Amino acid sequence: MKETDVKTLLYAHFLCIFSVILSVLLPSFFLEYFSILDTHLTWLYSCSLFVTSINLVLYLVSKPNTSSKTSSLSHKVTRFLKCYIYFLVSCFSFHVIFVLYGAPLVELALETFLFAVILSTFTTVPCLCLLGPILKAQLRVFSKNGVTSIWENSLQITTISSFVGAWLGAFPIPLGWERPWRYTTFGYVAGLVISPLWLDWNRKQFTNKNN
Amino acid sequence: MNPSPKVSVLLFLAWVCLLFYAGITLFTSGFLLTRLELTNYSSCQEPPGPGFLPWGSSGKPGACWMASRFSRVVWILIDALRFDFARPQRSHGPGEPPVSLPFLGKLGSLQRLLETRPHHSRLYRSQVDPPTTTMQRLKALTTGSLPTFIDAGSNFASHAILEDNLIKQLNSAGRRIVFMGDDTWRDLFPGAFSKAFFFSSFNVRDLHTVDSGILEHLYPTVDSGEWDVLIAHFLGVDHCGHKHGPHHPEMAKKLSQMDQVIQGLVARLENDTLLVVAGDHGMTVNGDHGGDSELEVSAALFLYSPTPLFARAPPEEPEVIPQISLVPTLALLLGLPIPFGNIGEVVAEVFSGGKDSQPDGSVLAQASALHLNAQQVSRFLHAYSAATQDLQVTELHRLQNLFSKASANYQRLLQSAPGAEAALQTVITELQQFLRGARAVCIESWARFSLVRMAGGAAILAAACFLCLLAPQWAAPPASPPRPLLLPPAAWALAGATLCAGLSAATGLKLDLVVLGAVAAAGSLLPFLWKAWGSWRSRKALATLLPIPGPVLLLLLLRLATFFSDSFVVAEARATPFLLGSLVLLLVVQLHWEGQLLAPKLLTVPRLGSSTSTGPPRHSGACALRLGVGLLLCTRLAGLFHRCPEETPACHSSPWLSPLASMVGGPAKNLWYGACVGALVALLVAVRLWLRHYGNLRSPEPPVLFVRWGLPLMALGTAAYWALVSGADEAPPRLRALVAGASVVLPRAVVGLAAAGLVLLLWKPVTVLVKAGTGTPRTRTVLTPFSGPPTSQADLEYVVPQIYRHMQEEFRGRLERTTAQGPLTVAAYQLGSVYSAAMVTVLTLLAFPLLLLHVERISLVFLLLFLQGFLLLHLLAAGVPITTPGPFAVPWQAVSAWVLMATQTFYSTGHQPVFPAIHWHAAFVGFPEGHGSATWLPAVLVGANTFASHLLFAVGCPLLLLWPFLCESQGLRKRRQPAGSEAEARVGPEEEEEPLMEMRLRDAPHHFNAALLQLGLKYLFVLGVQILACALAASILRRHLMVWKVFAPKFIFEAIGFIVSSVGLLLGIALVMRVDGAVSSWFKRLVLAQQR
Repeated sequence: MKETDVKTLLYAHFLCIFSVILSVLLPSFFLEYFSILDTHLTWLYSCSLFVTSINLVLYLVSKPNTSSKTSSLSHKVTRFLKCYIYFLVSCFSFHVIFVLYGAPLVELALETFLFAVILSTFTTVPCLCLLGPILKAQLRVFSKNGVTSIWENSLQITTISSFVGAWLGAFPIPLGWERPWRYTTFGYVAGLVISPLWLDWNRKQFTNKNN
Repeated sequence: MNPSPKVSVLLFLAWVCLLFYAGITLFTSGFLLTRLELTNYSSCQEPPGPGFLPWGSSGKPGACWMASRFSRVVWILIDALRFDFARPQRSHGPGEPPVSLPFLGKLGSLQRLLETRPHHSRLYRSQVDPPTTTMQRLKALTTGSLPTFIDAGSNFASHAILEDNLIKQLNSAGRRIVFMGDDTWRDLFPGAFSKAFFFSSFNVRDLHTVDSGILEHLYPTVDSGEWDVLIAHFLGVDHCGHKHGPHHPEMAKKLSQMDQVIQGLVARLENDTLLVVAGDHGMTVNGDHGGDSELEVSAALFLYSPTPLFARAPPEEPEVIPQISLVPTLALLLGLPIPFGNIGEVVAEVFSGGKDSQPDGSVLAQASALHLNAQQVSRFLHAYSAATQDLQVTELHRLQNLFSKASANYQRLLQSAPGAEAALQTVITELQQFLRGARAVCIESWARFSLVRMAGGAAILAAACFLCLLAPQWAAPPASPPRPLLLPPAAWALAGATLCAGLSAATGLKLDLVVLGAVAAAGSLLPFLWKAWGSWRSRKALATLLPIPGPVLLLLLLRLATFFSDSFVVAEARATPFLLGSLVLLLVVQLHWEGQLLAPKLLTVPRLGSSTSTGPPRHSGACALRLGVGLLLCTRLAGLFHRCPEETPACHSSPWLSPLASMVGGPAKNLWYGACVGALVALLVAVRLWLRHYGNLRSPEPPVLFVRWGLPLMALGTAAYWALVSGADEAPPRLRALVAGASVVLPRAVVGLAAAGLVLLLWKPVTVLVKAGTGTPRTRTVLTPFSGPPTSQADLEYVVPQIYRHMQEEFRGRLERTTAQGPLTVAAYQLGSVYSAAMVTVLTLLAFPLLLLHVERISLVFLLLFLQGFLLLHLLAAGVPITTPGPFAVPWQAVSAWVLMATQTFYSTGHQPVFPAIHWHAAFVGFPEGHGSATWLPAVLVGANTFASHLLFAVGCPLLLLWPFLCESQGLRKRRQPAGSEAEARVGPEEEEEPLMEMRLRDAPHHFNAALLQLGLKYLFVLGVQILACALAASILRRHLMVWKVFAPKFIFEAIGFIVSSVGLLLGIALVMRVDGAVSSWFKRLVLAQQR
């Protein structure tokens, strides 16, 4: 059971990374003048879109959370709507936190919000997929002894390292004086992408130790 | 209670502070070169000394000390023109391979001129004095002196040169100066040019803007003829060096462009014009400059005159001359007085008068130029050594003798018959010796980094930090009180100092106080290092060597690393709130992680039900979250009052940092005024509410009376002062005198009130209400086990809890009788917050005068500051468990957050660690007419303005220890009456056990002292590593382009901030101890009263 879980996890993460790479490559076929630096906003859209869809597909395929018993359509719809509301709330609260952290209030509001969206897709969406729209369960996962399964464990680590990556991404900002990408959130996103990569690299030992 | 442990804690902390001071002073003495700036000026009418002027200048109109040789000068300054860029390419021998580097041999026009017109042109290798940064070099090239980083006496607010200089002399001689190029000149010589084209020097990646701009104007200006002196400062070569380095094809292009410029100018020169091509400094292999390596300090200097100027052809290898020689040479050639502070030596050969002049006459002319120069330098040395003592006296004497001898010889030769050429040559040699000696003396004291001192200072700082990290463990209460820690260092320090003094006396050197202090500090550190070595050898506790928890350590390291990058130092104003916010979120997340944020039932999973409960949370989750978000919000709001550093052009300073008086009337001004007064009132009300909450406002003691009546009075005075100052211009003329008088009196009155309040508080710090009728029989039964006056420590430790319990009983008894008598029964609460009440009162008293020194709208920031501190303390208290019998400890994250907040407030009160950003107006608060000659008072005022946040946070530092105990009562109450409002919760009578709060500290005096010591050492450590990082950054990057602009000012601000903080810390801890002592004596009196 655990072995298969670990394998599924590994594939899931590779798929996630693949989706990020895809989000860089694919739009360039459809759009003229696409590059990460110049049209960073478009890229943010596409990246967020890809990651979300991959997550959803993964969830539907692997169904790690088998506890849901009722499966009526209305139940599913309300569940989906709830998830959507949670996602929006998390986007807005991330936006507020970024502004509190020093992002400008009016200028670059779109950039900040998009960054909030992408951070949400990296953190909130997997949480919602795995745990459902239950705040208590999510709070539980992120406490000392709250983890019950390997899926939750991976969720915990991925999410935390995404936050740390986004945090680290702020550090190059002062270095880029007079450079246009100072005004983009590229630095953040770079950190965001790197952290799952690093994580996957370390995953083998981690899971081995855990089992 | 025996007071000596307290005193020894204070002494120990003071000793650690002294160690840091010694390190800082030693480092500074090696790093910061100081020089006094004299404001004397040379003038035509006043020759530097007696003497016959051979060229008969007094007769000619317009001539000065010497007749002018040229009436016009074109001065081409090519930034970073290293000597070998201009050096002629010699034809190679057959064996030598031809050297082909991008920068070699590109200035072909110089080579052609040197070959074809040897008597008209000359190339020199000019030897530059470090620091080789452009602004310092420009100062040197115009004043003829050695500018150091701190030219004492200069006006820090602007860079304008106040010393006598060439530009000033040209202006007073009525010459028209046209300038084009680097805009540094605008700052240095504001308004000095008749016509100027400035271009920004900021962007070092832009090779062409400045040069193209100059070229656009250069030839039209030359042709127009409306100039006497034309200065063109090209930046392309320097920028090319910074961007690509000298070994890049771009450099060849840039130099070729410069070559064309020179060629074009030479073609247009008229006979009365001198052409000077000079580099201000060189560059390293990588294209940087600022330091003192050979490549940086050798620059090119080229002179060309359309008429013959030199008697001989140029030598094979160009002569080496000091760069500042250009100043006296140019001055005399143009017929100007040599600037007063010049220590350069004239280039004698340009006064030889061309190849066809008499050999005898040419030597005489050289001698007279040198003599004038020597007289001027001698006059300067006199004036300088009269003003300060940093030149060596013996050496000065020797030079003076040399000069008087040469001067006498010269006078004698002038009177005697002509033809004594050999004798004149000796005079010339003597004069040159004098000039070189004088320059050497000055360089000795002005222009050398002392690496030994810098390394020594950094080592002492590092050792002191290490000590701060280790000492708390040795001083832990069961092991030993800190007193034994004190004696060996004192002995060792004395030994070291005596040894040093003896050595210097034996070798006959002048005793340097800085070195003496450093040796004493190092000596006193020795026993500690020995002890540390021992414990390391025994491998006892390497894990305990680094007691800082991981995330906090990471944050600290990140913060230290930022000191090594100029971009980050410039961006620190934004980085500090970011780090503070991170730390706050970390605290909240940590609380959640450990399960203290939410009720355990939420977190338990059925499977793991039993293992998760780690004790009941002391705060409800929403509360800690709210604290965190509130803190972030406050930080963000405070960030709105942000002043931009000069280096970031895209940034806009907050408009709210300007005084209200500068606003143009209208309702906006009134609204702002209202907001500022509102902030004052809010601050006042908040403090009063806080005191009332803990019951300290009900005591009849004088400090409380002062809080009730004096503080509003201070607020009133401040508000009135602001009203007067912001509307001073609108006052009707009749009231002008009144307004002026009031604006003098009001600030002084506020300061006086604050001082009075502080004195009152120190006199009677215990703010506790004791009612007279306490002698009920019931209390006596409690006290019966103890009889007789307390004689020993043990007695006291026994009796104090007794009294406390007695008071509780009393309290309960009264409540049983009547609940309406609330005010009478809150004595226990007052005692529980007696320390923090004194601290908060002191902080408020300090805040008001400091507030007065800032512009009005900063009062909002001060309000935020208190709010932030309050929220942070609450948040920190949530994570600290109270271990009842001790040991008490303040966690590292608390101390780090406190220091970060102090730094953040420094920035949000509109400061920046650069000298032009200092708020000079603070010196005139209460002294609108200035201070006359006194300098210490304005310095204190400006310093208090600049380091207000350091002071406030350092004094308030003990609150970190006290606050968890204050929150204890709240926690208990919160648990019992979750819905009760604060005011009602205050008199919660049905509690079974009363929270002891700060009396817990009193119950364990040893632990209390140790905790205070530990807190102080931790705070000093966090500050100390900052100053260490700054010192290391400044010394490692002493060749960096930005060292004088970013790193050195940062170091100075950090050093002064450290001194202010450490003094504040000592004061804060001393205050807590004073309260402690007063509480003890209060208890004693109570016991005696009970027995009677």
